This record gives sequence, structure tokens and C-alpha cells, in this order.
Amino acid sequence: MTTAISIKNLGKTYANGLEALKGVSLEIEQGDFFALLGPNGAGKSTIIGVLSTLVNKSSGSVEIFGKNVDTHVYETKLDLGVVPQEVNFSQFEKVRDIVMTQAGYYGMPRALATERCEKYLRKLGLWEKRDERSRSLSGGMKRRLMIARALVHEPRLLILDEPTAGVDIELRRSMWEFLTEINNNGTTIVLTTHYLEEAEQLCRNIAIIDEGKIIENTSMRELLAELDSQTFILDTASKIPENFDIGLECATVRKIDDHSIELVVSGELSINDVFSQFDKLEVKVDGMRNKTNRLEQLFLSKLKGE
Amino acid sequence: MFTNHKFIAFETIVVREIRRFTRIWLQTLVPPAMMIGLYFVIFGNLVGRRIGEMGGFQYMEFIVPGLIMMSVIQNSYSNVVSSFFSHKFQHSIEEVLVSPVPNYVILCGFVVGGMARGLGVGAIVTAMSLFFTDLSIQNIPITIAVVLLTSIVFSLAGFINALFANSFDDISIVPTFVLTPLIYLGGVFYSVDLLPPFWKFISALNPIFYMVNTFRYGILGSSDVNVVWSFSILLLFIVILYCCCIFLLRRGTGLRT
Repeated sequence: MTTAISIKNLGKTYANGLEALKGVSLEIEQGDFFALLGPNGAGKSTIIGVLSTLVNKSSGSVEIFGKNVDTHVYETKLDLGVVPQEVNFSQFEKVRDIVMTQAGYYGMPRALATERCEKYLRKLGLWEKRDERSRSLSGGMKRRLMIARALVHEPRLLILDEPTAGVDIELRRSMWEFLTEINNNGTTIVLTTHYLEEAEQLCRNIAIIDEGKIIENTSMRELLAELDSQTFILDTASKIPENFDIGLECATVRKIDDHSIELVVSGELSINDVFSQFDKLEVKVDGMRNKTNRLEQLFLSKLKGE
Repeated sequence: MFTNHKFIAFETIVVREIRRFTRIWLQTLVPPAMMIGLYFVIFGNLVGRRIGEMGGFQYMEFIVPGLIMMSVIQNSYSNVVSSFFSHKFQHSIEEVLVSPVPNYVILCGFVVGGMARGLGVGAIVTAMSLFFTDLSIQNIPITIAVVLLTSIVFSLAGFINALFANSFDDISIVPTFVLTPLIYLGGVFYSVDLLPPFWKFISALNPIFYMVNTFRYGILGSSDVNVVWSFSILLLFIVILYCCCIFLLRRGTGLRT
């Protein structure tokens, strides 16, 4: 399979002496939906800045679809669409003009640009707002406009820097569906987000960066398999007796109140075994949820170096 | 990027620039025209009648070319500096920086945008001057060439100012403290023959002096300077400023971290 992004020993030291990237190496396959996670200031946006040529690297090399970004500037830029963290379009221009202008920068003839503009504004629910000035859009609409703008030249690689920050849950889920659709159609997507649930839902592979270094780079499945225990909150129909014990070696329970318990299940034990035991004890479970997101649990433990 | 793609990108930048300054015409087109109109009324008409002749022409006739050139210079410069800095300030310049548009196309797009406003305001001022004096152009090719080249020079200069600017103060320092004194001391309102030898020599160091006087030569057929020398200076400035802009763009000065 072709590599969409190949980063080798990437280093970046800013003029103020801050070493944002310390020899980052990363490979992302074509067609992947890849999560780049890390705490604030870890170096995620610097990597995106280098890929999009807004940040000059200090060392290392970057290739997009096998072409070096320094020597094949035009080809690599044609393959790339970027949705930045901050709104970066003119607040005084109309929605349609912003997308059409971007199409013009990619040398698209007017007829094709008009067709693509309508296609993506409709897909992202902005067609009705096409003649409005961008400053009148809500936060979520502005984010969608940036996605439409980044897609107008139909790049093979789309980089999204926290695309759903500040977006309500309904809109976030509709954006997930849209991104999954374009990924299924062959677009490689790199996503940075602080919503770890989002990364877990969407991404197949993941890298965690901290203090300018990649500390984990694996598939989502393998990473989640590293969890040695999971914590659930269970709501029960019947009243839970005092000193309730589930009677299983690899599971512990803690009563929260009369109708809910916290259950910690180790990796060796199947959830089926736990429920069989509840049946035996005649405890009817009404509902069950993870106490914390699984990826969040792992993310925090990786950052702590556990 | 293919040539036709580059042309579409260039056209996109130019159209965007023209759309910008025409959208805010009350800020970009009316005030300069009004200011020059006041110059015509006060200096040309009221004061000028008492002055009589200057350089062999009625004072109003004498100052019209200078005032047209002043509006072209100021507006070409301020359009590029304010537009490019606004794009920087709003980060919308990133739209074009992440796209495959070559640096020289970006530069030419903004320069032509600056020229469009400079020449647009120049045309308005020229039309206004017809209310005060009869304007017959003596040498059309020289008049057009000098106004176009001057507009290019100051659009390029505005671009460099915008690259280095970090705040709105930075885009007003050069026009206020450099451009305006050079224009006023560039022979817009007087003939260099009136000056003592020392100030004549100082005037000869001011590039705007050559631009104003060559434009005056094109319109009135009389000038304080050698026209060939003036065009050489203009072309030299264009080459130097263009090279500086391309160097700064390639380096990412003020744009890339």
C-alpha cells in the first residue's frame, strides 16, 4: 500500500528556542483514518504546519504520497487539504466566495469550481447560507465552511486540526458521518482532536505525541487491547444489598447507591461471565456505561509513562 | 502548476482584491478623491489665483499632474499594504499559502490589485480636475507608461511593508513618516527651479520627484527632469523591489514560522 505521509526525523525549533519537535518519525498509509493525539503544546499543530508549509522545519524530511514537500511543492500541495484549528477565512466575504476563491487558487476553471462549491456546501449543510457573509455564521457553520473549502479541490489527503472543537454533539455526529463517508471514498484523513471518543469512533490507527516526541504509534485495536481493566457503571432494577459481592476473582464491585454500582473487570474476564453471575445473584441490570472513555484511560496512562 | 492554472489563480487574487476595495468604496475611493478635490479648490483655485504662473503654466494646470500622481502613489501603496496585512491579521493569507500558487503569482495578484485601486482613484481625480482646468495630454505613451510604472513601484513597496508589519500601527508608519513627506517634497506643488542649489540637490535624491515630473512632462510637455533618466530609475526600483518581495516570500518572512 502507498504511504500517504512519511515523516523522518522531523525537528522544529522556534526562534524563541522552543524545541517543538524532537526527531519525529511517522508513516501514515493511504486510505487511513489516522488520529494524532497529544496534550496542548505537544507538537501536533507544528507537524500539521510543516505538512502544510506554514511552518519551516528545522531538520528532517517530509513526503506526501512519495513526493518530498521541499522539492515537489506544487504536486504535494495539490494532494493536500487542511482544516486548521482557528478560523482563517475573511470574515467579510460571502460563504460562496470563500469556497470559489479557494478553488481559484488551485487553478480550477469556473464551471468546475461552481459545481464543486455547490456539492460541498450542500453536503455540509451550508448551501442555504451561500450568500451570507461568513461572520454571520455560527461556530459550527464556520468549521463546516473550512471543511468545504479544504475539500473543493478534492485532495487525496485531508488534515483536520480539531475540527469539532466547540461544536454541539448533534453536529459533531453528522460531521463524523461525513468524514467517514469521504474516508470510505478513498481520502486519507489525519485528525487531531481533544475528544478521545471521536478518535476512538473514527480512526483505525493512532499516534500519541508528547513534548515533541511520538510516544505511541499503533492501531486503535492494538492500543485498546492494552487495557488491563475496564470500569463500568451499572444501573440495577432491584435494590443492591449492603456488602454486595459479585463472587468473581477478576471483577470487583463498589456500591455507589441503592441502584448503581461501579464494576471493574480485568482483561482476562469476559463481560458474559459477569452477566451470568448477575443472573445467578438475581440482580437485574437496567443499563451499563463506561466510567471513562477507554482511549482516554489509555491516553492518560501513556502520558504518565505507565 | 500549469500556465492556465496559474492564470486562474492570478485572476482569482486580482478579482478578490478589486472586490475588496470596491466593497468598501466609502473608505477606499471616496476619501482620497475628496481630499484631492479640496486641494483643487484651496490650492489650485483660491491660493493658485494669487500665485499666478509656475514653471510657465497657470498654477492650477501645474499642480494637476502632481495631484493625480499623488493619489496614484498613495492608493497603490495603501491598497496592497492594508489588504495584505488584513489577510495576515485574519490568517486568511494561509488559504493561498497552503495552495500551490507560486510566490510570483501571489505577488503579481496583489500588485495588480494595488494598481487597480491606484489607477481607479487616479482616474476619478483626473475626471474631477476637468471641472477646474482644461487637461490636454501632450504625450500619451509617456503619461500612461509613467503612471503604470509608478503604480507598480508603490504596490511592490506596500507589499514589503505588509510582510514586515505586525500591527496596524506598522502599516501607517511608512505612509505617514516616509511617503507623505517624499510626495510633498517631490515637486507636486512647486517647481524645483524655485529652490536654492542645496535643496535642488536634495530633491534630486527623491525618487518621487522624478515620477511626478515625468508625469507632468507627459501632460504639460514640460519637466524639471530628464525623462529617460526617470524611466531608468523607475525600472531599477521595480526590479529591486520585485526581487526583495520574492526573496522575502520564499523565506517566509512575516508569513511562516
